[in-house]
Amino acid sequence: MRWSGRNIGLTALLFVATIAAWEAVVRVFQIPVFILPAPTQVGMALYRGLASGVYLDHLKYTLLETLLGFIVGSALGFFLGTAVAMNRYVEFFFYPYIIMFQSLPKVALAPLIVVWFGLGLTSKVINAALVAFFPLLVNTMVGLKSADEDRVSLMRSLAASDQQIFWMLRLPNALPFVMAGLDVAMIFALIGAIVAEFVGAQRGLGMLIQSMNFNMDVSGQFSILLILSLVGLILNRIIMLIRRRVMFWDPSEKSALEPATDDVAAPRVGRVVAARAKEGVTP
Amino acid sequence: MAPVTTEAIAVHDLSKSYATRDGAVVALDRTTFDVAEGEFVSVVGPSGCGKSTLLKILAGILPASSGDARLRGTLIDGPRRDIGVVFQSPVLFPWRTVLDNVLLPVDVQRLDRGRYARVGADLLGLVGLRGFEQRYPWELSGGMQQRVAITRALVHDPAMLLMDEPFGALDAMTREHMNLELQRIWMERTKTVLFITHSIPEAVFLGDRVLVMTPRPGRLMDDVRVALPRPRSLDVMNTPEFGRHVHHIRALFNVKGGVDA
Repeated sequence: MRWSGRNIGLTALLFVATIAAWEAVVRVFQIPVFILPAPTQVGMALYRGLASGVYLDHLKYTLLETLLGFIVGSALGFFLGTAVAMNRYVEFFFYPYIIMFQSLPKVALAPLIVVWFGLGLTSKVINAALVAFFPLLVNTMVGLKSADEDRVSLMRSLAASDQQIFWMLRLPNALPFVMAGLDVAMIFALIGAIVAEFVGAQRGLGMLIQSMNFNMDVSGQFSILLILSLVGLILNRIIMLIRRRVMFWDPSEKSALEPATDDVAAPRVGRVVAARAKEGVTP
Repeated sequence: MAPVTTEAIAVHDLSKSYATRDGAVVALDRTTFDVAEGEFVSVVGPSGCGKSTLLKILAGILPASSGDARLRGTLIDGPRRDIGVVFQSPVLFPWRTVLDNVLLPVDVQRLDRGRYARVGADLLGLVGLRGFEQRYPWELSGGMQQRVAITRALVHDPAMLLMDEPFGALDAMTREHMNLELQRIWMERTKTVLFITHSIPEAVFLGDRVLVMTPRPGRLMDDVRVALPRPRSLDVMNTPEFGRHVHHIRALFNVKGGVDA
């Protein structure tokens, strides 16, 4: 689908119609505000929160937790994934634990983390990092190991050292996988931060949702959900932008441009595997 | 060709067997042959005749079980820098431009990039890819990609060029065209070439000699000298002499009953 004038018009119309229907249903059936607030009430809550600066304060804090957790978690995931992929001893001794830990719902650790690291920033960053860690670990591992056999043979026939094969072949080859991992890790980090705030925090949007829930302020909760989904969208777009920059050579990044002519189609296998590597990972 | 004086490749009593669950399988059995400097030698045989094994041993990425292979007098006992290999698929790195792909051996062997960038650009001109230096592999057709692979194998001026069914993945038309191109490139840059294929006409068309191999165990059965004058055009395939060579080689396979190509 293209963003033609007609499509933009239709999209806007659909959006307005949905909001209007929601408003109408709430008013006609007189649904109490602590069950489902009307869009106008959500809008007002959003305005109040933003105008008073309260939301922005908490948003900044949650964003800080998310980004720090994302950076720490994905860096650790990347390095450990590299170690596991490149060293069979590390793989042999550590991989079973990694698999065990991976099948655990990481958010279930949040209460423990808060007990151990307190109500402040540290526990949120650790929780976010813990959840963001696995997509990077798994994808880096798969990416580094998926270097095409023929390409490895070529490097060997050129008398390349193992280091050269790593830097010139395996690492660039793993990039699409790593980027797919970062994509997931970003959203996971946000989830990790919010869940840790639910468990115990003094600041942050998760904490705000929790306290609004106690006060039956459903409109307020809706307004924060709105902010959170926008934040998630923006963070995802940023990763996509970086991905397009880093992987300018990946044919799936420019599907509009097809290879010159005949037979050998550019491989798209990488993306499929990368997508598969994501599946096994849960927050 | 000019009279032959030195041996570029000397293979002596070369064998390779693999251990499998059902015991050892002999892929290559006591093979002996020489290739003269600047000579173009085709190796033809059906699948499983050990021709890829032979190539991997010569490329130094597979150790032989017994016997030895020498390149310009020195034993091949591991990967070495004076060999260029072209595989069945182009094996280009999609994150490198065409020129950077060509310069991969230069990067791996830490040679002077500035000097070889000129060599690479010249070679790309020779294979008909002038102006494509800064393109990426996905922008090229299969035939063009294989030309890049050939250029890459030539850029560091290796003593020998090993080609493992390099045009096997191309359609028939592109393949004939690439055969002509390869002959032209070879005549301009006289190189010792070992060209592996399972197409008998391709082997006869390109080779000064054709080594005929049979499968199970892979063994050298005949060494056919092809004296057709060069440069050969595609029309040479219609001459009686060409037909005689093709017929002779095919008959060898039929006797062995191992032909599947």
